[in-house]
Amino acid sequence: MGDWSMTSPLGVSMENSEISSISRVTLSSSRQNHDSLYSSSLPLSKSSHNVLSAFCIEENVPQCILYINQELSSLGLASMCIATPVEATLNSVPALNAMYELLQAQRRSQRSLEALEQDLLRTSSTLEHLQTGNYRLKDQLELLKREKSGLHEKERQLQLKIETLQSCLKSEKEEIQKLQNIIAGRASQYSHDAKRKERECVKLKERLGQLLIDKRDKKLAIDVLNYLGRSDGKRIQWKTGKAGTSHEGDMYKSLLNDYEARQQSLMVENSELKKVLQQMKRDMMYILSPHKPCAKASPGDDSPERGFPPAGLEGQDEVGECSRENLDQSCEKAREQLTYSIRLQWRRLKNHMEKLDSQVSLAQTQQQSGSEEAVPREVHEEEMQRMRLEVQQGKDFIHTQQQLLQKQLNSSFDDETAALLNDCYTLEEKERLKEEWRLFEEQKGNFERERKNFTEAAIRLGHEKKTFEEDRAAWLKNQFLNLTPFVDRKKYSLSDSQSALSIRSEPELQQSYTPAKLTKSSTYNEFSTTYSSISDGLPSTTELYRTLHLIQPETRHSKRGSWQEPSSPIRAENLFGKSKCSVRCRDPCILSLDKDGDSPI
Amino acid sequence: MNFSEIFKQSNQLCRISPDGRYLATCVQYRLVVRDVNSLQILHLYTCLDQIVHMEWSSDSLFILCAMYKRGLVQVWSLEQPDWHCKIDEGSIGLVSSRWSPDGRHILNTTEFHLRVTVWSLCTKAVSYIKYPKACQKGIDFSRDGSYMALAERRDCKDYVSVFVCEDWHLLRHFETETQDLAGLEWSPNGCVLAVWDSCLEYKVLLYSLDGRLLSSFSAYEWSLGIKSLAWSPSSQFLAIGSFDEKVRILNHITWKKITEFEHPATIYPALAGLGLMCVSTGPLTVGGGPMDHTTIPVVKPDLDRANPKVGVSSLAFSADGRYLATKNDNMASVVWVWNMQKMSLEAVLEQTAAVRCFQWDPRRPRLALCTGTPRLYLWSPAGSVSVQVPSEGGFQVHALSWHSNGDSLVLIGKEHLCLCYMDTEDKSTDSNIWTK
Repeated sequence: MGDWSMTSPLGVSMENSEISSISRVTLSSSRQNHDSLYSSSLPLSKSSHNVLSAFCIEENVPQCILYINQELSSLGLASMCIATPVEATLNSVPALNAMYELLQAQRRSQRSLEALEQDLLRTSSTLEHLQTGNYRLKDQLELLKREKSGLHEKERQLQLKIETLQSCLKSEKEEIQKLQNIIAGRASQYSHDAKRKERECVKLKERLGQLLIDKRDKKLAIDVLNYLGRSDGKRIQWKTGKAGTSHEGDMYKSLLNDYEARQQSLMVENSELKKVLQQMKRDMMYILSPHKPCAKASPGDDSPERGFPPAGLEGQDEVGECSRENLDQSCEKAREQLTYSIRLQWRRLKNHMEKLDSQVSLAQTQQQSGSEEAVPREVHEEEMQRMRLEVQQGKDFIHTQQQLLQKQLNSSFDDETAALLNDCYTLEEKERLKEEWRLFEEQKGNFERERKNFTEAAIRLGHEKKTFEEDRAAWLKNQFLNLTPFVDRKKYSLSDSQSALSIRSEPELQQSYTPAKLTKSSTYNEFSTTYSSISDGLPSTTELYRTLHLIQPETRHSKRGSWQEPSSPIRAENLFGKSKCSVRCRDPCILSLDKDGDSPI
Repeated sequence: MNFSEIFKQSNQLCRISPDGRYLATCVQYRLVVRDVNSLQILHLYTCLDQIVHMEWSSDSLFILCAMYKRGLVQVWSLEQPDWHCKIDEGSIGLVSSRWSPDGRHILNTTEFHLRVTVWSLCTKAVSYIKYPKACQKGIDFSRDGSYMALAERRDCKDYVSVFVCEDWHLLRHFETETQDLAGLEWSPNGCVLAVWDSCLEYKVLLYSLDGRLLSSFSAYEWSLGIKSLAWSPSSQFLAIGSFDEKVRILNHITWKKITEFEHPATIYPALAGLGLMCVSTGPLTVGGGPMDHTTIPVVKPDLDRANPKVGVSSLAFSADGRYLATKNDNMASVVWVWNMQKMSLEAVLEQTAAVRCFQWDPRRPRLALCTGTPRLYLWSPAGSVSVQVPSEGGFQVHALSWHSNGDSLVLIGKEHLCLCYMDTEDKSTDSNIWTK
């Protein structure tokens, strides 16, 4: 059993049957053993051979009866009964009863045995199942262990990598530090050198100047015809201390002038700003105060407007008054107050504007949805969000539906589905689908046209080839017949061959192409039903039909023409086969068509 | 638009006098003074050598001609043609010469920046100013001509000296908090001095006339810093162009950044919310569609080399202060015009060639630019124009300068020049030309 459990779970059923048979074998053998034990226990008084052959013989009937009686009593079956102890004769009724009981007991035991066997079988199979499961799990464990170890290895490697990278980083950092130090050192060195050089340069310059002065450069001179007056017409002044102070004064004066000018401009700017501020204030107050009656005048927005407190407006007016007074003053306090009031008003204005905004949006929603209660903005936005989500979901749904539809259309399309679609989809979608279909059809039509062109070209090629072969055959025949001495026969055969050739040439071509066309047309019939169900009157399919119809009669006609001479159909067929082969060899595209076309012909 | 005939010049030395009446040009060692209107030669002066530098005095009475190689400066008078003045700096050499604002003193910077020599034409007196610093812009006069700021370097530290130009009295002398001062510039009202550090460090310091540090500004660190700087005519804004291709605008009250103008390579006119000027004339092309964008050709600079060609190198406010024109060096063919009222991009002027020079009309918001081609480009808020300079030899405009009344323009080529007269629509402004 253990060996069997090793096998894969796929073969379990087969094994089970085997197991059962084998177990039965073993069981039966054990029973036999048991029987033999029984039998071997018996011959206390008999020879074993006799016992084996027969339990009871003429001589030992009473003993047998006795023995059976004993046995029966020991088994607890109607002990008193089969034989009277004194006479040792068989009392038939109890004996039969005992036998019946024995039989019953035997049957019962048999049944229980069977049940046990079945149990055993079941348990063994479950055991096997468990064992296989166990084995599998063990395998899994093994695998996982291996995986774990692999991962460990990987981790270790990564750790190593990290370590190396860190060390790299560290070294790089050190390098950077070093380089920075070097740069700093260089910079200091450079600046030091520069300074040194500059000092030297200065020294040289000094020396040069000194030398030049010492040399009393004669050339250094000004040669003026006559001196000029100053440009401002004044006379030249001597340098005095007074001049210095006056220069200082002038300088400060000019600075002061500049500052004054700047202050002036700032003052102007400030006053301008103040004016603007005042204007703004007035406008603000104007906007805010007459708003109330205005709002009341318009009946639609009445209810929310009432929320605006009139008390606040009055307060604003007050503040406005006081700030207006303040504007004329220009001390710190006034400024603070001014800014405060402005801020206050600004805040109010902002609040108001926000309110107005929300009102406007509300009004819009109200317009849209008739007599709907005023909804707070958050709720509104939430609603919007929800609706957007819904729209999105709807779109998705539509999309999936479209996809499914497309699939369905591609796979199979009949009138039922068309009707279903008619029921299911809105006109719009159908239109769109039609559009798409038409596009698709157009493409397909183009493709077909191309294919047709191609096949035509192939036909032409075949024609040419045929004529060539014809020529060749004729030539060969000529050659051959010229060689033979039978001149009168030659003529006949020549005509015969010619007729055969004439047969061969055209139908063979048709053979290779018409089947393809026929199959094609059948497929198109399928398609065309789909088209007609969705969009009637597609030009491409009709065109295709037309072309197909055009081709089919042609081929038939040619066929008929070719088959008019039934001189040697067998040869002709042979030739077909040949020609087919040749065409196949030439053109792999036609090969597939040919194959398809084989069956109808 | 009319053009004059073409005249010769050398070293691109052509200057219209500050009063707008004369045009002085140098041809080799000759100085020619013409009447601006008639272009008749009024005076002809001959110098001792080829003229390297030429400058009008502020009162338009004298012309200074410098010959640096010889260390010579010659001054000519318009009123007295036979008056002459020659200043010889001797063996010490000469690298720069300029008028003082009063037109009676000449400041010569000697070689190696040993000193600045101040020569007076009134008294023949000579004064020396020692330790001038050799830098981008080491000397600046205030607009009214009363003060001069001079950058100095002593003991490896930067100083600024403020002189009163009237008598060269040292008014203030203070150390600046710069590593390596690169330049200084007075505000147009003469009350604030902007001092900026060299490109290694982004730092602008603002000093009051009396030497107080008003504020300092630094946009970033560790990267190449300031490349150019310009005051708005009202002294209200200070525009700072830097190597990061941005212009930052500081205000004059808090000296903090108001805004920064980026120079992106791709412009979305619609996204930026600006009405970019559509230019149909000539090679000026500007995208004006609602959603389309313009990609500006960018030259990738070699950042490893010194002075990389990147960043805003030139800035100019229009005369009314409403517009700011900028040029980013790695987009050399583009001039950007910014609206200072909206603080936004107004127009992008893309040329086919690199822009050589641009200058605002001193009277109107009108920008003239040239690209080294025989064309002159003009932009104004109303639109743009490009004009071919009529000439046989292919006159290529390398530089230009406006007449002070904004009615004419001197176009300077390699060795020639010509005048371009604008169509004056309002004659009323013509009468009042120079009102300074």
